Amino acid sequence: MSFVLTCPHCGDREVTDFAYGGELTARPREQPSLRELSAYNYFRRNVAGVQREWWYHRSGCRTWFQADRDTRTNRVLRVGLPGTLPQEDTK
Amino acid sequence: MTRREPQPAELIDRAQTISFSFDGDTVAAHPGDTIASALFAAGRRTFSRSFKYHRRRGLMCCSGQCPNCLVAVDGAPGIRACTEPAREGARVEHLNARPGLEHDAMAITDKLGGPFTPPGFYYKTFIRPRKLWPLYEKVLRGAAGLGVLPEKQAERTLRTEYRRRHADVLVVGGGLAGLTASIAAAGQGADVVLVDDGPAPGGRLLWEGGHDQARRLTAQAQAAGVEVLRNAPALGHFDGLVPAWQDNTLHQIRAKHQIYATGAIEQPLMFAGNDLPGVMLSGGARRLASLWSVLPGRRAVIATSSDRGIRAAIALQDAGVEIVLVADMRSKPTATCERLRTHKIEARFGWTVIAAEGRRQVSRVTLAPIGAASSEHHDVDCDLLIVSGGDAPATALVTQAGGRTGYDKQFGVFALTETPPGVFACGQLAGEGTYQHAGPSGELAGLLAAEALGLAGGRAGVRRRELRAWLDEGDHVPQAIPAPWSPERARGRAFACLCEDVTAKDIAQGIAEGYDSIELCKRFTTVTMGPCQGRMCQLTAIRQMAAGTGQRLSDIGTTTARPPWSTVPLAALAGRSYEPTKRSPIHRRHLQLGASIRWAGDWLRAYDYGDPEGEALAVHASAGLIDVSTLGKLLVRGPDAGAFLDRLYPNRVSSLNPGRVRYGVLTSDAGRIMDDGTVARLDETTFYVTTTSSGAGAVEQWFSWWLADWQMDVELTDVSQALAAVNLAGPRARDILTRVTSLDCSPEAFGYLDARQTAVAGVNALLLRIGFTGELGYELHLPSAHGEHVWDALLEAGGTESLRPFGLEPQRILRLQKQHIIVGQDTDSESTPLNAGMPWAVKLDKPEAFIGRWALEHAAAHPGASALVGFTLPDGVVPREGAVVLDAAGDAAGQVTSARRSRQLDQVIGMAWVPSALAADGEAITVLDRGKRLTGAVLTTPFHDPDGTLVRS
Repeated sequence: MSFVLTCPHCGDREVTDFAYGGELTARPREQPSLRELSAYNYFRRNVAGVQREWWYHRSGCRTWFQADRDTRTNRVLRVGLPGTLPQEDTK
Repeated sequence: MTRREPQPAELIDRAQTISFSFDGDTVAAHPGDTIASALFAAGRRTFSRSFKYHRRRGLMCCSGQCPNCLVAVDGAPGIRACTEPAREGARVEHLNARPGLEHDAMAITDKLGGPFTPPGFYYKTFIRPRKLWPLYEKVLRGAAGLGVLPEKQAERTLRTEYRRRHADVLVVGGGLAGLTASIAAAGQGADVVLVDDGPAPGGRLLWEGGHDQARRLTAQAQAAGVEVLRNAPALGHFDGLVPAWQDNTLHQIRAKHQIYATGAIEQPLMFAGNDLPGVMLSGGARRLASLWSVLPGRRAVIATSSDRGIRAAIALQDAGVEIVLVADMRSKPTATCERLRTHKIEARFGWTVIAAEGRRQVSRVTLAPIGAASSEHHDVDCDLLIVSGGDAPATALVTQAGGRTGYDKQFGVFALTETPPGVFACGQLAGEGTYQHAGPSGELAGLLAAEALGLAGGRAGVRRRELRAWLDEGDHVPQAIPAPWSPERARGRAFACLCEDVTAKDIAQGIAEGYDSIELCKRFTTVTMGPCQGRMCQLTAIRQMAAGTGQRLSDIGTTTARPPWSTVPLAALAGRSYEPTKRSPIHRRHLQLGASIRWAGDWLRAYDYGDPEGEALAVHASAGLIDVSTLGKLLVRGPDAGAFLDRLYPNRVSSLNPGRVRYGVLTSDAGRIMDDGTVARLDETTFYVTTTSSGAGAVEQWFSWWLADWQMDVELTDVSQALAAVNLAGPRARDILTRVTSLDCSPEAFGYLDARQTAVAGVNALLLRIGFTGELGYELHLPSAHGEHVWDALLEAGGTESLRPFGLEPQRILRLQKQHIIVGQDTDSESTPLNAGMPWAVKLDKPEAFIGRWALEHAAAHPGASALVGFTLPDGVVPREGAVVLDAAGDAAGQVTSARRSRQLDQVIGMAWVPSALAADGEAITVLDRGKRLTGAVLTTPFHDPDGTLVRS
């Protein structure tokens, strides 16, 4: 895997600068059932397409941010600090 | 050394002579020579022995494509002599022949012949009797392979670097098309890099009379701002990143667009004896003659499928080679063929070569008309046979980029049919390789790349349409497609694959045995798997497959072209040797004290000071001092700090009073232990968190992740490197500490799990009364810069009789006596605080939905099958960590995670995961270690001071 990712603070960097945090998951708000808890802990949608995911600029400013990335092409559509990306793109 | 008179395109500097050795003999060369050109000039014709039959092999492509000139240079095997520059004093040796290149004992396999070496030979022949395999293996290992790597790389001499280069456009291939493309793109304002695998850009221009143009174009490109990298073969296309290896640097070039101008690979022909020294591709012969001014032979026959061979005939005759005959596979002469007449060269159309013979090299070739029906043939004596079997586009890199190929019926090759968006192909790769078309093809690609960048303005659009129109007109000269080889035509082996000695017959046999797809054929016969990576053999193998199976070439398809496309030393990929090393700010003192230093993760730590057991005893008897600067240290500040930590730790944090410390385990949402450490509350809104040494980075990452998600009013600062830390432990610790601080250290004023900020030896420090060792202990955290000062002050205050520095190993003994876990050693990814014997670290009655809560609730209701317990072993044997714990039936049911001999307790103690049924005091467990069964007794409370009286004293 090799592409350039844009840190909201530092700008364009090779992806090897970053740690991957996986796709965004929704932590249960209420007491989950065992099935819900296991799904949250162990299941991922693993989409072939655009997904919103977490990235950590480990070798840089150590900021966690989010990116919308096409998992098929590694094209990054947009990046932003948590809460700044438009909602409609997360499916 | 025999050379032609000076040639205008030659690369050699005749004013200077250098020398290197080949198998011990001195060889003269000029700067600019390759090892192969100098050896050939000195008369050498055999350069290697083949992989299986140990046949003589000589120069064929002279451009780093074929495997025939692989040698070892200065002990490094697998180097192509035809591209490796001759260097003064280089030690060059042949590969794969014993006792020598001229007399190779293993050449007997060639005489014994095919029945003994069919494809799949090893698997078929050496499978029985199975007992003998170790012997077979030993013999085969000696016989197989090309070259020997030194067993020990005493000192790595090749120092390599990475370089990252971001650009607008990368042009791969510096021939006429590539150079023109780079100039066109740069002319529109693009930042362009051009990589070429040769010593100078120009490609075929260099040896086909266009050297002046090549130099002019190169200068023009550089003037336009193009970064030209010479001797820099591109290795692959990885999601837009193209690495190119040049000397000791791996350029990692990431461009917005790539223009591939990788040209084509001249294909050999199939006939009996097609691998003899003296059989040379037309490009190889012409490179020798013009770049290094060496005559490739004296009397030559040419067998060709296209005008390329015709032009070679004329050029080589001009160079002084007698051209005896040209056999052109095409039935009708083309316009270029007319020139043969003016040069008085005899040509036969519809003819080709069916056999070559000779002892050390070619001495006679047999020519015959195309079509097996006729028995007519014609023998010619010669010392050079030039072959040219068509140009196969070098599509490997562009297919790695996502391009597709398809069978081109007109030219009989697999040609590019589709390029991915943003990637462009031009020149011969794109089927636009004639001298008239390569330039316009490159210019168009350059303009298209500029357009994609949004740069091309003005007349660029008009120019693009002009170029497109010109290229679409085309003037493709007819070419013949070589027929598959049928062994009936002539006696002798016809090699499809020179790298691995795979013959046409071997492929036929593979098909007969059922390996009738090209990917299976590849794996069974190993065709296309050698050093040439299919450059010389892929097309031939596909043709032989088609003939053998009756499939169409388009249905057979090609094998996958995987990186690396060019040979590259692993050292170049590895980059600079870089092992991060962390040292504590007090490290120098440990060296001065004679500590044995060992790696612990990234850290170099004082393992002991020569007497680990004695050091541990000193902590019990009097006092010890250990450097714990490696701990991770985080400041968590802000109005929400307490609430934030309450969500991360399974126990209460916000209930801590300022000036108090609490132990805490960090769990994941699966309830698994991630790390452990202490949390001290410094004031209402400030918490000081310590983590394990190896977990520091992960915990910082974990905290900041949740902080980013929850968006709480908390500020997180990693102060791990800023602060040194030491632990002063033992019954006399209080006396010693009192000598260097004015703080009231009485048990009433500074009790167990208290935190105080005060000056120690004049340095502001944070003091935590905690004890990993189980004795009265003070952990001092202070600015790194003063680490040595405070270390010295404490040792001086203690005096050598009462205070001893202790290392990591004695600390491990001490903590094991207390059954304090080490995360990652005693726990794994399945461990929870509940099954690891720390239910007290989980407060399920607290209100917060802390990370791990739900999983721990479930775990509390459904206890696991195993538990972490302490044990003693009366036998006195210390089992290895990892030794197996057996259940009643004698099956593996757990493992020992830690074990030490404690001199304080005069016992062997340890911790182990055991079946839950055995996790009670006094239960007997059986440990299997190195074949011995040891019987131990479970103890779930600390071995030493179980009530914690000492640590609270």
